Amino acid sequence: MAQFVLHKGNTRGHANHGWLNAHHTFSFANYHDPERMHFGVLRVLNDDSIDGGMGFGTHPHDNMEIITIPLEGALAHKDSLGTSSVIQHGDIQVMSAGTGVQHSEFNANADQVVKLLQIWLFPNKKNVTPRYGQITLDIAKRHNNFQQILSPEPDDAGVWIHQNAWFSLGTFDENFETDYQIKKQGNGVYAFVIKGSVTIDGHELSTRDGLGVWDTDKISLKFNTPDTEVLLMDVPMEL
Amino acid sequence: MKKLIILYIGRNQEITDTMNRLLNAREEWEGITTCLDEEALVMVKDTPINLVLLGNGISAAAEKKLRADLIRVRPALKIIQHYGGGSGLLYSEIMAAMGS
Repeated sequence: MAQFVLHKGNTRGHANHGWLNAHHTFSFANYHDPERMHFGVLRVLNDDSIDGGMGFGTHPHDNMEIITIPLEGALAHKDSLGTSSVIQHGDIQVMSAGTGVQHSEFNANADQVVKLLQIWLFPNKKNVTPRYGQITLDIAKRHNNFQQILSPEPDDAGVWIHQNAWFSLGTFDENFETDYQIKKQGNGVYAFVIKGSVTIDGHELSTRDGLGVWDTDKISLKFNTPDTEVLLMDVPMEL
Repeated sequence: MKKLIILYIGRNQEITDTMNRLLNAREEWEGITTCLDEEALVMVKDTPINLVLLGNGISAAAEKKLRADLIRVRPALKIIQHYGGGSGLLYSEIMAAMGS
């Protein structure tokens, strides 16, 4: 029988540093809740808003798959692999930290906030060679459709990572209904509502709510508001 | 206040230096760090370390040997894997390991 965990948006960890307004679905930085440590290999789901010209100075990472999804504005990224890039809405960025990488992330604009989701997954292989990737997707293709943005396969749609995970993004009309088939046995799916209202297997979710579902092979979604935007993260439940 | 003494072992010097700074930035923690397993064993012998964090770049074989060697020196020593190489997960990993 399907199992569920519901994380209402207003129960997330919150840190307002002035230049950075961050909400943490799972324990992160100074927010620690033993009941909110991870959903399978999904360890971090941060919802950040960074003021113009501000950002995170150079800092290290290792052994983590880090995915950044800009929602508004633009983010400048530089790393020790020699990458220097700017990502914006429609782009997906991935970094396999592996044996270790240093990077910085700054709002690319001085006069506009950048809003983004940053997601960390435990890798299925430790100490890989660090790598960086980014792609630009056609946002029109996610209207009433879950567009795959991430997978474990370099040749599949979206970016790829060292983990048996698949991410999909979609924007849906009011009253539209669809099912999502979980890609791999043993995986669960964590749905995060970027905007709007959706009912998933009888659970009504609003903007920034999250619902984890496992021990099932599919979920059913009904969208309750126009332009409802949902991110699905299909991840192994075993660490 | 008694500080929690935490040893971080990693292979990447830059990340290890950052971990040293992060661990010592908190009043309630005292961090010591090394990239060398032999040095780590001496530290565990000589210092009342409460927790060991295994960090970046340690191969599976080296980790297995290191854990066995550390436990031989101090059987009750808590040893955990640190993921992420920075401040993001550090606090909750340590809190979870210490049962807080």
